[in-house]
Amino acid sequence: MIEVKNLTKKYGNHVAVDNLSFTIETGKIYGLLGPNGAGKSTTMNIVTGCLAATSGTVLVDGHDIFEEPIEAKKHIGYLPELPPLYTEMTPYEYLQFVSEAKGVPYEEAVKEIKNVMELTGLTERRDRLIKNLSKGFRQRVGIAQAMIGNPDIIILDEPTVGLDPKQIIEIRELIKALGEKKTVIISSHILAEISAVCDHVIIISKGHLVADDSLESLEKKASRNNGLTVRVKAGISAAEAVFKKIQGVEYRDIEENNGVTTAIVTAAEGFEGTVSDAVFFAFAEAKLPICEMFYRESSLESIFLAITDNPDFIPDAVASKAGNAEQSDDAAEDEAEDEENKTEEASKAEEIAKEDDDYVPLFSSNDDEEDKK
Amino acid sequence: MGAIFKREFRSYFTNMTGYIIIGVMFVFCGIFSTFINLLQGYASFEYILNNQMLILIVVIPILAMRSLAEDRRTKTDQLLYSLPMSTASVVVGKYLAMLAVYFLSVLGMAVVPVILSGFGDVSFTAAYSSLFGFFLLGAALLAICMFFSSMTESQIVAAVLGVGGAFVLYLLGSIASIIPDTAAASFACFVIVALIIAISLYVVTKNYIVAVSALIICLIPLVLLLVLASDTLAGLFPDVIKYLAIFDRFEKFTGGIFDLTAVIYYLSVIAFFVFVSVQTMEKRRWS
Repeated sequence: MIEVKNLTKKYGNHVAVDNLSFTIETGKIYGLLGPNGAGKSTTMNIVTGCLAATSGTVLVDGHDIFEEPIEAKKHIGYLPELPPLYTEMTPYEYLQFVSEAKGVPYEEAVKEIKNVMELTGLTERRDRLIKNLSKGFRQRVGIAQAMIGNPDIIILDEPTVGLDPKQIIEIRELIKALGEKKTVIISSHILAEISAVCDHVIIISKGHLVADDSLESLEKKASRNNGLTVRVKAGISAAEAVFKKIQGVEYRDIEENNGVTTAIVTAAEGFEGTVSDAVFFAFAEAKLPICEMFYRESSLESIFLAITDNPDFIPDAVASKAGNAEQSDDAAEDEAEDEENKTEEASKAEEIAKEDDDYVPLFSSNDDEEDKK
Repeated sequence: MGAIFKREFRSYFTNMTGYIIIGVMFVFCGIFSTFINLLQGYASFEYILNNQMLILIVVIPILAMRSLAEDRRTKTDQLLYSLPMSTASVVVGKYLAMLAVYFLSVLGMAVVPVILSGFGDVSFTAAYSSLFGFFLLGAALLAICMFFSSMTESQIVAAVLGVGGAFVLYLLGSIASIIPDTAAASFACFVIVALIIAISLYVVTKNYIVAVSALIICLIPLVLLLVLASDTLAGLFPDVIKYLAIFDRFEKFTGGIFDLTAVIYYLSVIAFFVFVSVQTMEKRRWS
């Protein structure tokens, strides 16, 4: 288990990680997500003891990484962004060196190296020099290195970067297999990867924690925006009247602009059939022309873009967690201010999410296109 | 520490550096012994070492240049930082590996007095005590050059700093002798050194408050000494320089004296520079 509390790292005047707090529980696969330069690698480097923090604490299985580094590091296997390989050695020699440095007894090490090499698919290349290996195999040697010494926590910084699609799938399978017995933290900026392997997602943007939630609940949040957007050439009251007549659908966010009414329509529980058909026939009956209809598909991607584009945005989950943490008076005041701004920020973020959404136009009229221009 | 030592020691012999270093030491030892012992007929092994000292100025920086700089360039330092061992044991492991390579070359040179004894009387005690002094001198230079390697990620920079630094140390004795031993001269030299320290502090930290306060801290005792006890200041700078001249300490060994203070002196130089290297490595985690 890892507990990160109020972690801050400054490089001169630049703040790379700003007051970050989160907890990593045992036996889950965590995804650390964020755009380039968000502070993912910095955070990982601090948690593994490669870098010192400006302030804050990191507890690894109860051992402070700054106070008792040796005890804490025994619980962690780490693959940095660039695999730290001695290229003039063979994978076998390298892993032997690592297990000796991690203090694994010789006979145990021999078994463990064999086992780890099999898991990472290195057995055939055990006696080739690392400098002659392809990038994918070097990455595997790096992962094997992290697994040596049987640590409880394995931290992998962008483990699939530079691999071919087949290797990516293999590495993901390996990470999933590791996650059954151990706690795994992987960082990535590829969302598909995170959603493929992780149970829990931590999103960092510009050094701030912006989301700390399970993958399911993040996806649920994302799907809240899903629905059919309908634009009708009618006044708001006329359109609302038609929407109310359609059985089994709900509408929201209705607004009128220059005689065109826009609303998002979703199927209510128990509705059978196609929402777009029902809407089309209802408006045809009312003789009101539909300008445009399209499905908005909000995904993890749009949530990610929304919250990383807007650094001040703090989702409910994080805000409530931060409220629980022990904080000084000053911090508590800031917290209150954040609380005030929150609703505004949330709506802003939602707007961004709307703009970034992929949409599938179903029906679009010419005069509407002119409107857009 | 053991794992680091083994890996480093082996790496010196997988990438030729070890063979080249030992080879160069042997070649020059052979050339010097041919000229001095065989052609000119001197029976003293110590004379060879006196010349071999110049070879150390080049060989030791090359041996030490990659020790800590290379890890930083290839990012393998991240592995070392994340291993459950202290930075001190990493640095000491690396230092001992270099020392072992250097020791092999000194061990090879130990054959020369035995060969010479076939042609005449050789004082083995004088020969081997001076060889021991020579080993300590090289060990101290290694620690200094490892410190240079810890400051940069470029091996070339580390090597140039090492050769330059070693050469300056070699000349220190001569420099000391040309400085007049008056209080004013010492004061002027100390002020120059204080200025150099302040300027380099500014370059490193980009913080003029640190640089200026360091300068003031250096200057206050100097001015006090100049005003209150100018006698003490007279000749103090040449004395300090003589103290720092690590090559001059070795001359006593070549004179046939086993100098215990010199042994302790070399050991403290080694301890100091290994310690400073550890601190530089530790500091890197903070920046």
